[in-house]
Amino acid sequence: MSVAETQEYKVDALIAEDIDAYLSKHQHKTMLRFITCGSVDDGKSTLIGRLLYDSKMIFEDQLATLSKDSKAVGTQGQDIDFALLVDGLAAEREQGITIDVAYRFFATDKRKFIVADTPGHEQYTRNMVTGASTADLAVILIDARQGILTQTRRHSYIVNLLGIPNVVLAVNKMDLVGYSQERFDQIVADYREFATSIGIKDFTAIPISGLKGDNIVDRSSGMDWYTGPTLMAHLEEVPLSDRSALQRPFRMPVQWVNRPNLDFRGFSGTISSGEVKPGDAVRVVPSGKTSTVKSVVTFDGDLDRAVAGQAVTLTFNDEIDCSRGNVIAAADNPPEVADQFETTLIWMDEAEMLPGRPYILQLGTQSVTATITEPKYEVNVNTAEQLPSRTLKLNAIGVCNISTDRPLVFESYDDDRTMGGFILIDRMTNATVAAGLIHFALRRSQNIHWQAVDIDREAHAQQKGQKARVVWFTGLSGSGKSTIANLVEKKLHSMGRHSFLLDGDNVRHGLNRDLGFTDADRVENIRRVGEVARLMTDAGLIVLTAFISPFRAERQMVRDLMAEGEFVEVFVNTPLDVAESRDVKGLYKKARAGQLKNFTGIDSPYEEPDDAEVTVNTAEMTAEEAAEMIVDHLLRT
Amino acid sequence: MALDDRQLTHLQRLEAESIQIMREVVSTATNPVMLYSVGKDSACMLHLAKKAFYPSPPPFPLLHVDTTWKFQAMYKLRDKAAADAGMQLLVHHNPEAMEKGINPFDHGSLHTDMWKTDGLKQALSHYGFDAAFGGARRDEEKSRAKERVFSFRSANHRWDPKNQRPELWSQYNARKAKGESIRVFPLSNWTELDIWQYIQLEGIEIVPLYFSAPRPVVERDGLLIMVDDDRFPLRDGEEPEMRSIRFRTLGCYPLTGAVESEAATLSEVIQEMLLTTTSERQGRAIDHDSAASMEKKKQEGYF
Repeated sequence: MSVAETQEYKVDALIAEDIDAYLSKHQHKTMLRFITCGSVDDGKSTLIGRLLYDSKMIFEDQLATLSKDSKAVGTQGQDIDFALLVDGLAAEREQGITIDVAYRFFATDKRKFIVADTPGHEQYTRNMVTGASTADLAVILIDARQGILTQTRRHSYIVNLLGIPNVVLAVNKMDLVGYSQERFDQIVADYREFATSIGIKDFTAIPISGLKGDNIVDRSSGMDWYTGPTLMAHLEEVPLSDRSALQRPFRMPVQWVNRPNLDFRGFSGTISSGEVKPGDAVRVVPSGKTSTVKSVVTFDGDLDRAVAGQAVTLTFNDEIDCSRGNVIAAADNPPEVADQFETTLIWMDEAEMLPGRPYILQLGTQSVTATITEPKYEVNVNTAEQLPSRTLKLNAIGVCNISTDRPLVFESYDDDRTMGGFILIDRMTNATVAAGLIHFALRRSQNIHWQAVDIDREAHAQQKGQKARVVWFTGLSGSGKSTIANLVEKKLHSMGRHSFLLDGDNVRHGLNRDLGFTDADRVENIRRVGEVARLMTDAGLIVLTAFISPFRAERQMVRDLMAEGEFVEVFVNTPLDVAESRDVKGLYKKARAGQLKNFTGIDSPYEEPDDAEVTVNTAEMTAEEAAEMIVDHLLRT
Repeated sequence: MALDDRQLTHLQRLEAESIQIMREVVSTATNPVMLYSVGKDSACMLHLAKKAFYPSPPPFPLLHVDTTWKFQAMYKLRDKAAADAGMQLLVHHNPEAMEKGINPFDHGSLHTDMWKTDGLKQALSHYGFDAAFGGARRDEEKSRAKERVFSFRSANHRWDPKNQRPELWSQYNARKAKGESIRVFPLSNWTELDIWQYIQLEGIEIVPLYFSAPRPVVERDGLLIMVDDDRFPLRDGEEPEMRSIRFRTLGCYPLTGAVESEAATLSEVIQEMLLTTTSERQGRAIDHDSAASMEKKKQEGYF
């Protein structure tokens, strides 16, 4: 006899009797997100299907289809095959579509649940990591006949790594081991030993049968020896992780500056930890500027208090700089700021990790350029062993040091998943290539917090009555960069502007004399020039630089160092034949003769700018005309 | 105060998540838009947008990809809702469908393909929108359970299932190449019951057709179809009769089946929904084609 015929579709009697009472009860539900770890063989799909079925999330028409399908293609004879309810993944595998994370929903009187359903095999580690990242609880499924397997260890390792606070060991298929307490106790003891060894402090073990419904919603009649909660009861009662977020100091990453008119300037974001009230002293990190909260604004009126998890808009009593990417924090307990970290990376892309390559690092609303400076080791996820490795391939997990081009406001991932978890993005494909967890900042860069400098860069520039800029000349050797830059500087000087010219002559002989002309050295050369230029703009200067700077990526790197509008790229667009015919220093001749390697335009590429602020063509205009055009641009913008 | 008093309810958490998603899109997209279909999910989404940006009005327009075959009551609420929110309302009609007189009676699935799928693509390209909010939910059907919150479309609006990004924590990678666009689903984690409860809790205005009233209907191919205007071609022997009906979902009136019901208030509607034993989309003719129809439509650019 099939389950469909024996079990009636039943609903809460209160719905029919007093719908308003029912709804008011349901408005006060909490939400729990959990992940199920295991494979189809462990009865994972059956378990999820059973939870949906037992919490009445299956409708009659779905049940009819299910019943029909179960008989046709199911594995349970005439019984309902619950796995078919959720097993969209098998079909995907046949179609060759990415195996994904599927999210399922059900609710009881006490809670709404979101289940992240991911495949359990090793080649789907990235999917499991994705599902685990938002979970408050993990159900680790074990087949009672099999006991702890390699995959149990892998799943447990990932669950612990991603910081899921609650672990349930669901020993499934108890019906197939005669509901044996001895078998259950043995598995629990084995698991305890392993769990302790990888740092899982606590877990709840429940003997179940997803297929028969033992200890899922209803207590099992075959296991009187078990006195703990059923799986559903445990899911309904387990404490939620947002409680611990409430106990930490206040932090709110700023997502959006809310300026409906000149009289209102608010900062919108979701509070990641703690709480905030009007009058609270807050500090904007990384700038370090402080103010007090004027109001906590929402559509439903100003609040007396807002807590972790709420999306609000804050206004301050002082006009201080604050924008997307900043974090508003408790003034006396702000988060750390650093630019070098030890992290764990979970690699998610087909293309393997490249140490040294710049990736975009996104942490909350902050977005910076990051480089993996030092891969330390890869972890064997099945054994938790550390293996030496210089790279990470798809699904690999490893510990790496990374460095960012700008300081990052962060918390250790162990303390705060929101402020300690980040993603890495490939700059060319825009793919999310890795998930990362910050362990700690490396000491050499660590700042508890920055004190705001009283005399800031604006003050410096204002004293000089000018806008600090970097005017970045790029173009082939012999294109006329230095000539034009010199003319521009003379014009600026005559107008009373304070400028400074950085070129190969004054940089290569001192600051960068240790660098040659390999691609790597060229990149480092430009990086240093960029950093020096930035310091000079902090001092309020107009900095002119004249370097071939052949690679788009490095010019972009310098542009990213500067504030919006401060970087003015000038493309001195002189055709190669013209530049070569000038050959002021005789360099082209040498390069053609093979005496000079890696010469731009000859045996090393020049990547033209896509969107230079100014382009001058010295084949069509004089150096004087070009300089005028550039000065004109500087005065206008 | 006890910690428990500060714990958010499931609706508060869902609301905060949707708001965070919307703010993220506005901060990262150049030209976002909200697709507005006038149904209850759209109503919720619009309400959340008002909350997300208050006291500013939502900083994007509403776009209604219209088929000219919506219920009259829907047009009425559409115009009012946009005005109330202080938002610009853009209405797009596929000119080709207009010219050919495409309608649900004579053209079957071509009606949806041309008015909605093609119409949506035309409108997005025409205005150069690079991010479009949609009200789809993961609980609507099996194929949506794995849909991302940020769903990437190629320059020709196709959905490439192999090229979607993992979404960890609440981090969304919104970067895209020129010409690519994103469909964003801020209601991904809401269920039908959540939507109804939120509408009740927040007092959100929805189309009166969701509530039962005597309306003229004919019974056709097992569906109760409401005769909303005189464009409805009656078949031989068909005579509209007044019945107490309401709609569980709203689309083009000739494609949307009504249910007989006495539920005239929000509580009663929710009660009926909870006591009903058939899933929501059964009243929509579009799903009867084939099981994988939604998957296919999604790949082609329909939501």
